[in-house]
Amino acid sequence: MSTLAKFAAAIADGSIKVVDLTHTLDPDFPVIILPPEFGQCARFRMEEISAYDHRGPGWKWHNISMSEHTGTHFDAPSHWISGRDLPRAAVDEIDVDNFVGPVCVIDCSAGAAKDEDFELTIPVIQQWEAEHGTIPAGSWVLMRTDWSKRSGAAYLNMKEDGPHSPGPTPEAIRFLIEQRDIRGFGVETVGTDAGQGSHYTPPYPAHYYLHGAGKYGLQCLAGLDALPPTGAVLIAAPLKIKNGTGSPLRVLALVEGA
Amino acid sequence: MTQALTPPPKKNPQKRSVSPTRPPEIRSRAALHLTAAAAEGRFALQRCVECGTVQYPPRDACHQCLGTDLPWEDMPDGGELLAETTVHASPRLYFRERMPWRSGTVQLDAGPTVLAHVHGDVPRHGRVRIQTRLDKSGQGVLVALPEHDTPNMEDDPLMRALSADPKHRRILITDARSPHAPQIARALQKAGAATIFAGEAESWRPYPGRDALLELGVDILPMDVTDTASVQKMAGEIGGKTDILINTAHFLRPGGVLDRGDTGFARDEMEVNYLGLMRLAQAFGPGMASRTADGVNSAVAWVNLLSAGAITNAQPFGVYSASQAAAYSLSQSLRAEFRSSGLRVMNVFFGPTEEDDWYQPLPPPRVTSGALARSIVDGLQKGLEDVWCGDIAKDMRDRFRRDPKVLEREMTFGGEGA
Repeated sequence: MSTLAKFAAAIADGSIKVVDLTHTLDPDFPVIILPPEFGQCARFRMEEISAYDHRGPGWKWHNISMSEHTGTHFDAPSHWISGRDLPRAAVDEIDVDNFVGPVCVIDCSAGAAKDEDFELTIPVIQQWEAEHGTIPAGSWVLMRTDWSKRSGAAYLNMKEDGPHSPGPTPEAIRFLIEQRDIRGFGVETVGTDAGQGSHYTPPYPAHYYLHGAGKYGLQCLAGLDALPPTGAVLIAAPLKIKNGTGSPLRVLALVEGA
Repeated sequence: MTQALTPPPKKNPQKRSVSPTRPPEIRSRAALHLTAAAAEGRFALQRCVECGTVQYPPRDACHQCLGTDLPWEDMPDGGELLAETTVHASPRLYFRERMPWRSGTVQLDAGPTVLAHVHGDVPRHGRVRIQTRLDKSGQGVLVALPEHDTPNMEDDPLMRALSADPKHRRILITDARSPHAPQIARALQKAGAATIFAGEAESWRPYPGRDALLELGVDILPMDVTDTASVQKMAGEIGGKTDILINTAHFLRPGGVLDRGDTGFARDEMEVNYLGLMRLAQAFGPGMASRTADGVNSAVAWVNLLSAGAITNAQPFGVYSASQAAAYSLSQSLRAEFRSSGLRVMNVFFGPTEEDDWYQPLPPPRVTSGALARSIVDGLQKGLEDVWCGDIAKDMRDRFRRDPKVLEREMTFGGEGA
């Protein structure tokens, strides 16, 4: 029996579970808010073309519109100024091998429950590694905060001084890139950076360092509590958009023995 | 004295809703100037340039000297009720449903004798004030009011038919996030509105006016005019009891075509200011148009808030003005489409406002939310079609009427050294 045949059989008999880590593309799902002078991320929108009616009697279909960075989405290196000159930095150019790979999940949910500005620091990573082993090169690292269980105003958590949500420190993200050579970093919040990430040096360190190093980002993930700390495989294939800096996508995880 | 209107009882669900009927619509082209004056709440008549005669009814020539230069001028509104009759039979459905109907002849201080609808509180042979009003056909008619206001005079059935009074009506403010929403809600409440709904887009994003709206008892419900499904859902829920819709949804960014360098904000402006209006009209329009004869709290008016930049491009808001021009044109189409129902489309044109942050770099005068709210309520109470709020909007209107090209040229001066 070939490896793939065994794999298919394992999915069929349930010994490998396919877990959906994606939010529904909903017009009312929050998007990142920038100062109003800046261009804004388009919300997801859907308009009927026809619905078994005079506009098309036998069929229903919609036109949809959104940003590359709406809903559960992928950030390519060309999304950030630090990654603009890298080769294969747009979603249509990235080698497809990168879209399927192992995933480590660092559980920060307890910390994020207590502190909405919870920081993923090097000690937090080291503590996780002491328990689960060194993060293998080429892994996705996901920061589980259970933030995806929030909805409405609590999700962006926008205050007078901007949004408040957890994220990595500049040192932590550099550690993951330079010491662990990760494939990319994913979060349950609206951005790979903390809500207050613009106040770090450099601003938005996760975006700046990840994309500058040719790494990828995954944002607005859902349900990371369904993943084990190690051992799962992530499937995250962005749409093949010409020169796209990101893409909405369906993120799936394969979890063994769940 | 007029009997005060009491809040209408709940509707009997077994009774068929009354279909809208209308008074006669046909007018001569000359008479349409009376409608134009009524649309703005002015009382105007033709005065012959040749011999100075003021005449009524409107004609193409002066009845004294046959002069054809007959500009319309605002006239003093005083007069005396000469003779009156109360009509008890009419072949017109509209009037049959509203019998008895009082009308009479009024000797105007301005000269001519006119035929007018007569308010119930006018004494026989008494002094009157003449107003022009739009009737349910959207045509100008003359109405004789008591010389001085009488208690509850706005509740006279005649006045209810010639106004879009918010009293006892249920009103939807389409965008709760508008900086003007709290003041508008407050003014409507003061005018006796029964219920005020407000649509709230992106409830996941806080905004300053929310607490004020809740304090006023406004029912905040989710709706985003850029999201067709949410507009349809809202109309599904409250479309059958929306008597007045006030579209406060508005997207504004400064800049012209070249400043912007992309179509991003222009798209947002069209999505909110133009397509948003269209989505609202497609979702709420048919229901409102079918309920224009539905008793005391019948559907009466659709209100658009438009920048005066709708009539001529206003720098430095060049691209935004284009979206306002599109919305203005759409409002005229809506007027035509609502005509047979009698649902009034009222456009409130405003200049730069105090509360909208994007106007901050502009010098005064600016319109306050309070002034905007007063203009809306006043326009509804008088049943107007066009309201100009603030000095800048009024000035632009006047200059536009004098010469649109001169206004365009004045609004588009360039800088040196470009």
